[in-house]
Amino acid sequence: MIKFNINGKEQSFEGDPEMPLLWYLRDVQNLTGTKYGCGIALCGACTVHVDGMAVRSCQMSLADAEGKKVTTIEGLSLDGNHPIQAAWRELNVAQCGYCQCGQIMQAAALLAEKPKPTDEDIEAQMGGNLCRCGTYPRIRAAIKLAAEKA
Amino acid sequence: MIIDRKMSAGVLNVSRRAVSLGFGAGALVLATGLPAFAEEAKPEPKWGGDGMPNGLRDDPTLFVSIAQDGTVSILCIRSEMGQGVRTSVPMVVADEMDADWARVKVVQALGDEVRYGNQDTDGSRSLRHHFMPLRRIGAAARQMLEAAAAAKWGVPVGEVEADNHEVVHKASGKKIGFGDLAKEAAAQPAPERDALKLKDPSKFRYIGKGKTSLVDNMAITTGSAIYGTDVRREGMSYAVVARPPVYGGTVATLDDSAALKVPGVLKVITLDPPKFPTEFQNLGGVAVIATSTWAAMKGRDALKITWEDGPNAVYTTTSYRAAMEEASRKPGKVELSVGDVDAAMKTAKSKVEAEYYIPHHSHVSMEPPVAVAEIKDGRCEIWTAVQSPQAAKDRVSKRLGIKLDDVTVHVTLLGGGFGRKSKPDFCIEAALCSKAMDGKPVLLQWTREDDLINGYLNTTSVERIEAGLDENGKPVAWLHRSTAPSIFALFMEDPKHQATLELGLGLVDTPFDIPNMRIETGAAPAHTRIGWFRSVTNVPHAFALQSFVAELAAAAGRDHKEYLLEILGPDRKMIPKTTEPWWNYGENPDLYAINTGRLRKVIEVVTKEAGWGRKMPQGSGLGLAAHRSFVSYTAAVVEVAIGDGGRIKIPRVDLAIDCGAHINPERIRSQLEGAIIQGISVAMYSNITFKNGVVQQTNFDSYELARMDIAPREVRIHLVDSTGYDAPLGGVGEPGVPPISPAIANAIFAATGKRLRSLPVGSQLAS
Ligand code: FES
Ligand code: FES
Repeated sequence: MIKFNINGKEQSFEGDPEMPLLWYLRDVQNLTGTKYGCGIALCGACTVHVDGMAVRSCQMSLADAEGKKVTTIEGLSLDGNHPIQAAWRELNVAQCGYCQCGQIMQAAALLAEKPKPTDEDIEAQMGGNLCRCGTYPRIRAAIKLAAEKA
Repeated sequence: MIIDRKMSAGVLNVSRRAVSLGFGAGALVLATGLPAFAEEAKPEPKWGGDGMPNGLRDDPTLFVSIAQDGTVSILCIRSEMGQGVRTSVPMVVADEMDADWARVKVVQALGDEVRYGNQDTDGSRSLRHHFMPLRRIGAAARQMLEAAAAAKWGVPVGEVEADNHEVVHKASGKKIGFGDLAKEAAAQPAPERDALKLKDPSKFRYIGKGKTSLVDNMAITTGSAIYGTDVRREGMSYAVVARPPVYGGTVATLDDSAALKVPGVLKVITLDPPKFPTEFQNLGGVAVIATSTWAAMKGRDALKITWEDGPNAVYTTTSYRAAMEEASRKPGKVELSVGDVDAAMKTAKSKVEAEYYIPHHSHVSMEPPVAVAEIKDGRCEIWTAVQSPQAAKDRVSKRLGIKLDDVTVHVTLLGGGFGRKSKPDFCIEAALCSKAMDGKPVLLQWTREDDLINGYLNTTSVERIEAGLDENGKPVAWLHRSTAPSIFALFMEDPKHQATLELGLGLVDTPFDIPNMRIETGAAPAHTRIGWFRSVTNVPHAFALQSFVAELAAAAGRDHKEYLLEILGPDRKMIPKTTEPWWNYGENPDLYAINTGRLRKVIEVVTKEAGWGRKMPQGSGLGLAAHRSFVSYTAAVVEVAIGDGGRIKIPRVDLAIDCGAHINPERIRSQLEGAIIQGISVAMYSNITFKNGVVQQTNFDSYELARMDIAPREVRIHLVDSTGYDAPLGGVGEPGVPPISPAIANAIFAATGKRLRSLPVGSQLAS
């Protein structure tokens, strides 16, 4: 049996230890905010925090998640008002919105590490998160807005 | 409003009851009976929204309901895929009916075109076609509320006025809220169209303001928004399909014994191949149904299948490109001919010719195709992210032999569409899987690999243009040959030439003032599913045309902008003299003739705003391109900076649009920002190639997209002063894309002197 903590709750799992965290979150826990986009660490749609670090959940097996603390978009803030979430809404960042949970989780990790990120920091840290709708200019602006307000 | 998991079942009831009982539990509604709509007898031909299958509806009782607490629910019949319809549609109705936006909810309509009119969300048409009907819906609802209040108070209706969610009688100071009027308003007859009093645009509260927050913002930023892939039903299983790698291929042998041993795998079924033409049918193959997506994917990996590839195994990009080039170097099918090109070519002082190549593109919406199906008591319910729910309903009905009325399609949010999700092949797959599971719900998920290998690609083309020039370097003769496989091979025997629709997308509507012009198409058979992709054939046509004009300007030693304006000629309205009737985005050619003055205007605005002509540092350059598409006019100036090893940066892009009045300027800007990024992907990276019939790109490592590092740090969108609310609207979703790739190629030329005629740019500058 594998044990881990998801959004503050202890969980255990007895199935296939190879199952990526992504599919466990989506199909077993019905935490569908974490999205599938590529399955091989190329798009960032599946980004969650594991022990506070941004991680591609499609690349982490449940065996590797043993004993870890996982935070998904559903657990990022109690009321949906993490500064990144608020900035995203203030600037209407989303188009289709599908990539945005992953973007927000990545951006939240960036801000935790670098409270005042430069353009270069943003490009380096957000470069793994694809947005096919092309919201990058607003993502950049929203990260700066959140940094300013924090 | 959020389509949450519990609500997604409820939406069916909500929408249905709007017709006979009302919208939502406890709501008193305007809806009083069956839709009063009767199609007007109109002389053919029909244009715009009236010309779409099932036309337009503007009956307020179908679209608006008011609850006792005053909540106004507005039905959105278009699919939300990032363009903002779920915000802009109710915003227009609310403004016209003088509702308070804070008390408005949006309800997503089921797929039902008989009831709601055309729902096909593509072609940059939602507000272009629906703005006026939406205004009429809002105005009718407002007038019904006003009539109800006047009757209640026994005063003439002319003395009362709706104002921010209540009706006011100025003389007596009486006021009554919309909620308190709902019941009486519902008993009022819906006004006839000619009795409608539309608001004066100066009184708009929301339209044209761009201050409205997205209705799905909270859901999207907290992970509770429901896309197709997020639908969960009791007892649901998950499926993936192994499809033939070559278009038209079939299963030769199958050994599923290992797959069936994978823990969690429930069933393996064979799906029949489609009949030609394949249209929106599914591709056949082998489906693996399991207890989780992961188990289904593992099961699929364990299948042992040999495929019979069929005739499309001949499709290899290198040889196909050579064949397209050959076709474009000899006379083709004449699509437009003005003057005498051959004679003018002979007497021209000089000649310039160039050949451009544009590869296939794949939509790769971040959410790959996905659908959930469930069959109960002979009825099929589908929850899915589709641009055309009616097509999904119709094709599932036909394939499963279920009556049309017994197929229900719920539209979730779409995690991107770009044209791919107009084609509901994945809904059929989901329904077939559910059927194999005795009707239990099945979520059918495409992986990214499936999406790239088995998609509906934008066409690939070779565009060859020859110009005969006078002594000033101005074209007197123009010959353009465009060779590309056609979308229409999906629907009929392969026409091998672009159809009038594809020609109308930026080819025969070439807006230049050249006395002798001939446009031809070369033959190119389709060996894969060609579909429509954001901006469709405007992408290759504009790349070639707008690159070539820059080449001519350079050859003449002229400034590109001045030269472009010169060959655009005097301001005029044009209707191209095509061989076949001109396809003008389905719009009336008189109302929507090509207006070269509007194109000139966006060129002037964008060059001014971008500082065209400013001195650029070594290795940097500005590139310009302009294009009319979806009856809107766009022009872009791109700045590129070439770094070490030919690495390209795009520090800034300016884009101007004239799309007529700006209904939701905030979403126009976001659509254009997105179009710039998508245009950068097209120009710089994306390239689908085939080898022996098989797509060579399988994920985002081989099919690359623009990322944050190439995204311009400065993006400036310039909304050109519109022609006002009375003039017909242009499209917004697509017109931003076509000018971007030629503007980038032109900027690279300005920076380096290298002319790139083949997309993508990729590593062509690498030294
Ligand atoms: S799904 Fe994990 S990075 Fe794309
Ligand atoms: S908003 Fe659509 S993929 Fe990012």
